[in-house]
Amino acid sequence: MFMRKCSSTGLLACALLLGAGGASALDLQGIWYPIFHEDQTERVPGPDAGDYLGLPINDAARLRADSWDPNLLTVPEHQCKPHPGNYGTRGVGQMRIWEDRDPVTLQLIKINTHIQWQEQRRSLWMNGKAPPPDFAAHTWQGFSTGHFDGDVLVVDTSRLKAGWIRRNGLALSDRAHMQERFIRHGDILTHVYMVEDPVYLTEPVVRTTNYRLVLNGTIDPYPCRYAIEIERPRGSVPSRLPGTNPSSEEYARRFKIPLEAVRGGANTAMPEFLDTLRNRAP
Amino acid sequence: MRRMMSASRAIAGVYALACLASVASAAQPPRQAQSLPAAVAPAPNYDAVQVRSLHVQGNIWMLVGAGGNVTVQVGDDGVLVVDTQFAGMADKLLAEIRRIAGERPVRYVLNTHVHDDHIGGNARFRAAGRQVIGGNVARDKGATGGEAAGATLIAHARVLDRMAEQPQLPSDALPDDAFPGLLYDLTFNGEAIQLIHVPHAHTDGDVMIHFRRSDVLVAGDLLNMNNYPLIDAERGGHIDGVIEALNRMLEIAVPADKQEGGTMIIPGHGRLTDEADVVEYRDMLTIIRDRVRDLVSKGQSLEQVKAAKPTRDYDGRWAPASGRWSTELFVEAVYRGVKTPANPEE
Repeated sequence: MFMRKCSSTGLLACALLLGAGGASALDLQGIWYPIFHEDQTERVPGPDAGDYLGLPINDAARLRADSWDPNLLTVPEHQCKPHPGNYGTRGVGQMRIWEDRDPVTLQLIKINTHIQWQEQRRSLWMNGKAPPPDFAAHTWQGFSTGHFDGDVLVVDTSRLKAGWIRRNGLALSDRAHMQERFIRHGDILTHVYMVEDPVYLTEPVVRTTNYRLVLNGTIDPYPCRYAIEIERPRGSVPSRLPGTNPSSEEYARRFKIPLEAVRGGANTAMPEFLDTLRNRAP
Repeated sequence: MRRMMSASRAIAGVYALACLASVASAAQPPRQAQSLPAAVAPAPNYDAVQVRSLHVQGNIWMLVGAGGNVTVQVGDDGVLVVDTQFAGMADKLLAEIRRIAGERPVRYVLNTHVHDDHIGGNARFRAAGRQVIGGNVARDKGATGGEAAGATLIAHARVLDRMAEQPQLPSDALPDDAFPGLLYDLTFNGEAIQLIHVPHAHTDGDVMIHFRRSDVLVAGDLLNMNNYPLIDAERGGHIDGVIEALNRMLEIAVPADKQEGGTMIIPGHGRLTDEADVVEYRDMLTIIRDRVRDLVSKGQSLEQVKAAKPTRDYDGRWAPASGRWSTELFVEAVYRGVKTPANPEE
């Protein structure tokens, strides 16, 4: 099932997700700085409005993103949201990783990660901790369990809050599920994630992000308080009515990319899609 | 009058069936759009339903089974319960409360609104509880040692009015204290508790209940994490009231940090939430309402609005998965709400 899903999501990333055999544990502790050699414009400064390239989204995701108005981020209750667990590594900020061990047995209890921007803190439970009940609250970082598969840390995450798969309005529902691999090559850490969402994705999204170990690195606090940036009527929710978003085609025009490619969808990530573009009427 | 009462009972039955079905079956075949049926739902079988509980924070527990979520506050003075699911669930719920609270008596039962899946166990809960009583009515109630049999039931006055429309309800299921207006306060287990009425929302008798020390807000069906809100227009419900209620929740709730935790909010159905989840739900309903309002302003009919599918980017998450409340009925309720603003004076 997984291999079938991998067929359209990138063979290298899937190979990394499948990991390697063996039993040894991996020490990931330290401060890691993201390397922005992949997908840079999407990550920093951030995606353009209407850029849905390469994502296996469905029509519902497309409409929701077309309706998204970036002014939403100025609404007070939206201002201090962190990236959800599925997106943290795609954002900015160094990541600290450390372990919690039983003080007597030294058994590994959990691996903690902390990404600086909005203090995204995750606990990757390594001790078989049972998940909370299905009617417990979801969190931005979700509930994660992990194990080592050889030299690869394998993590499974569920119970995420509703969030985003790209920060231009492409939504991810609170029914999403994520698998990850943390793979260390000396001072380089490769993080791989695969996100599935029955609500907004037709196939899994697989992405890789690389980090470099930094000795004597630091992570500063990231306090956040909302501010009234724009005075609005109570309860206002900025959004675009269907068919009225002036930005939805702007990205395609600016970079001279066919609109049907920019609009995303699993088929647009396949090599055969190039033939579709070549064969279309001029 | 008889016709109106019959319609109200039918909606109560529809709602009860919808809520039970959402628990009992996750894999129903797709439904066809339909109008509300006239028959009250048949009595469901609760044998297979297990009551599960979760400590939320402070003195507050959340119980799930069949029907609406139940909130329990436990302390030295006894037990306070918000909503009682269906009658057939009462003994299972009481057993779970005894497991949590020991032999502390149920002193109060509060109702968030009138639907069967939230008040069905009222009479059984009352019978299982004891109230502290004094004065010249103590003897009438058979009080001994400052206590009398029966918990005290509290709800909004509109809930009592609506219960009075249902002659099949036993009198013991009706509230002792039915308050009019927008606010009712009490203190129990050393905690300030506020019942905040929002007119014309899910029904016309909804309250959200704020446990101030525990920092927990009980939303009733003003927040439904399983699907689009049921808007019981026959009983005074209106889309604008639901959105107003969600905005009130956001004003009351204070997240701990980074839009997470802090005030916890127990919905009428579905999982526990905090402010960020309510924001997601409020945004969704506001966007859908605004889309429908735009279509109505362009003169579109109900059928045209339905055909435009103004909810289609949210249906994958919020379309009712089972039961008889449907996306189509929700869109119709929003349409009618946009066409006819709620009258708070009614």
